[in-house]
Amino acid sequence: MNELLWLVPTLPLAGFLVLTLAGGRLSRNGIAVIGAGSVGLSALLSIMIGVSLINMPAAGRFYTQTLWTWMQAAGLRSDIALFLDPLSMVMIFVITVVGFLIHLYSVEYMREEEGYSRFFAWLNLFVFFMLVLVLADNFLLLYLGWEGVGLCSYLLIGFWYRDPANGYAARKAFIITRIGDVALAIGIFILYMNSGTLDIRFLMQQAPLHWKAGSGVITLIAFLLLGGAIGKSAQAPLHTWLPDAMAGPTPVSALIHAATMVTAGVYLIARTGPIFALSPAAQTAVAVTGAVTLLLAGFSALAQRDLKRVLAYSTISQLGYMFLALGVGAYPAAVFHLMTHAFFKALLFLCAGVVIASVGHNRDMFKMGGLRTHLPLVFTAFLVAAAALSALPLVTAGFYSKDLILWEVWSSPAGGVRLWAAGIGGAVITSIYTFRMVFLVFFGETGITPQHRPSMLINIPLVVLAAMSVLSALLMLPSGTGVSLFDSFTGTVLHASVAEKKDVPEFVFQILGASASVAGLVIAYILYLKKTVANRPESSGVAAFINRIAASGFGFDRLYNALLVRPFIRITTINRDDFIDLLYSGIGWYSELLNELLVRTQSGRIRWYAAAIACGAVLITALAVFG
Amino acid sequence: MNTLLYIAGFVAVMATLMTITRSNPVHALLYLIVSLLSVALVFFILGAPFIAALEIIIYAGAVMVLFVFVVIMLNTGRAAMEQEKQWLNPALWVGPASLSAVLLGELVYVFGSGDSVIKPVVMSTPAQVGAALLGPYLLGVELASMLLLAGLVAAFHLGRRESAVDGKEGSA
Amino acid sequence: MSVISLNIGLILAATLFSIGLTGVLIRRNIIFILMSVEIMLNAAGLAFVAGGARWGSPDGQVMFIFILAVAAAEVSVGLALVLLMFRKFGSLDADLIGKTGADRDAGEIT
Repeated sequence: MNELLWLVPTLPLAGFLVLTLAGGRLSRNGIAVIGAGSVGLSALLSIMIGVSLINMPAAGRFYTQTLWTWMQAAGLRSDIALFLDPLSMVMIFVITVVGFLIHLYSVEYMREEEGYSRFFAWLNLFVFFMLVLVLADNFLLLYLGWEGVGLCSYLLIGFWYRDPANGYAARKAFIITRIGDVALAIGIFILYMNSGTLDIRFLMQQAPLHWKAGSGVITLIAFLLLGGAIGKSAQAPLHTWLPDAMAGPTPVSALIHAATMVTAGVYLIARTGPIFALSPAAQTAVAVTGAVTLLLAGFSALAQRDLKRVLAYSTISQLGYMFLALGVGAYPAAVFHLMTHAFFKALLFLCAGVVIASVGHNRDMFKMGGLRTHLPLVFTAFLVAAAALSALPLVTAGFYSKDLILWEVWSSPAGGVRLWAAGIGGAVITSIYTFRMVFLVFFGETGITPQHRPSMLINIPLVVLAAMSVLSALLMLPSGTGVSLFDSFTGTVLHASVAEKKDVPEFVFQILGASASVAGLVIAYILYLKKTVANRPESSGVAAFINRIAASGFGFDRLYNALLVRPFIRITTINRDDFIDLLYSGIGWYSELLNELLVRTQSGRIRWYAAAIACGAVLITALAVFG
Repeated sequence: MNTLLYIAGFVAVMATLMTITRSNPVHALLYLIVSLLSVALVFFILGAPFIAALEIIIYAGAVMVLFVFVVIMLNTGRAAMEQEKQWLNPALWVGPASLSAVLLGELVYVFGSGDSVIKPVVMSTPAQVGAALLGPYLLGVELASMLLLAGLVAAFHLGRRESAVDGKEGSA
Repeated sequence: MSVISLNIGLILAATLFSIGLTGVLIRRNIIFILMSVEIMLNAAGLAFVAGGARWGSPDGQVMFIFILAVAAAEVSVGLALVLLMFRKFGSLDADLIGKTGADRDAGEIT
């Protein structure tokens, strides 16, 4: 079964090729079958491979499949090779299954769009690149996937290309992640320079032997890798692109900017865990980045009016949680949260898509209301996902994953009280803004009446994702119960820093976490359901001022605009007549000048020609006599 | 003989200079004839009596007379002479004169630096010239006659009146 | 007959040639230009004859006969063309040849 690993990324690639070359000639149904079917087959294959991987003994749970040699020159060797181990297994499971469900959703959701085959082609291409990223055996192939997902993100954000604002958002996303990509590339270069190989597994095994813990080189490499992860996973300070990326279609937001691409950074740090373990400074930086980002984004999410932007900031915030977990060494907790977050965040986005489409593409939450009677299934799914996001106790997977993170943050040697406080504060805020969303959209008086109900193709993915949001909790129940399937599955790869300070038992944290999320629910209820519109907290005074700042993302956009964008535009305006261009236009100008001069010699006057002949005679004679 | 050569040369140069600086075409032609006559004298001194005679008969006697006929035919009158004086602006002479002076300088340098052979002049009789023409240069003679024929036909054709274009032959 | 320096003949030819060249470049009336060309041809012939006299052979004189034939043919054709030109332009200005109608009217007409 493992030999079919190569099919998992190849099927979406084949789907992309077929749709690009022949998409114009296929019918809508044909496009849907090819687009969704390729990813569906991939999902099926990945499940089967996962089953076979689980059945392997724990010590030997990895599998490498080399397809061919990509390049080999002067000691650098890079193969197209796929490497399967529990971490990448989790990732491909998430990517293909969630991806397939989103493809199904898009079949119906994008049916009216004119770029139907283009959409599915690029979506398939994205799935291919993401799979290459997580299955890569060496850093060069990983970088290929990294760049590829960035490209597809750009293409898909700017899907509705006729509106220039979408193109702007796409370019913004691409350029900001590019900054991270450069850091990653330099990190890979230094890594290669210092070790002579790019093979991931080999490097991770040899890392403790090769470098001294805390040495300058390894810290530099770790910081550069972190830089790449920050860019791709939209952490502060490179997070400003994600809220604007909501300009793309909702399935794109669900797949790329919630479940998969933005998790590439988390995957990278998880994969290169041994390198970070050797550099405590970098690891602290990871944790601090995560903590700062989750608070920043959480506060921003509180002030948004646009439904999708709330979800975008929420994604940034949850990724902050994952970074926080990685920073304290709790790798399985981070990856588990990645998985559950993929489920419920994708579900939230899909439901938001249905809601927005049904009220006529209006995204302002304050204009919606009372939709729970009109869209009951969507309401139920949204409620399940919101509960998971705010980690409502006991029933949702989000509770278990977030609680695990918070326990690890307190208990591990790299964590501490301040980080934990940030985490728990973030949990309260998460709950507040989540239920703010729920109450504003689904409760209260009806703002705009929806026109039609979603069909089966939309409902099925919603139900499946809702189920997974709840049931995936079973993979990792608290340590007291002894059910830790996830931990044992990934334990061979992700070295969980087992909590050293076991002074405070886990259930204390569970109670604290549960009370945090319930408190948030209650606050949101009071603020947004009980009060009327005029009494809403953001309407007046100091609160309104703070609200405005938070809504604009705490001024990061303005800062970057003033610091980087405007000077650059000024420079380009100065160089409008490109001085290098002068070289080329100069050649033309010079030829014209020569032409002007030479035209004068063809004057048509006889005596002029006679003089020319005389001059020539004089010159030739001079040459013959004196030369 | 040498003094005669120098005098004849001097006269030739002076007459030629006068030729190119006259505004009346007839005057210029007459000066040119004088120049040709003195060159014929030079030919005679150099031992080419036949050529001297030819120079006078053909060059001065036929070609120059042809020129005179054409000038008389195109009798443009006093207005043309005024204009000719206008065109002969000394300020315009600097360029061409300097160009010719440079050429002259080069040629004099070449000729003066050759072997200045001083030898007795041998008179070549017409009989020798005729023998050379009908001997080694026979082909050249035939070609020259072709050339003259072509010139004749061309001159005849070009000189016809324009009414001849309609198909009627006019008298030239 | 007597002893003369033959360089004199060549230098005389060079002088006459350059004077003729000056005439071609200076004069604007086409008849004078043709006259100057005749001067140049005559000078060339003188050079040939002088060269032939140096070797004492009639070859120089033969060349002069050919040059004479060429000059005669050229003069006849040239003067016929001058007649044509006068009929067409009404003037003997050499600068009129080679110009289009718009430029031509800018020159003087006699």
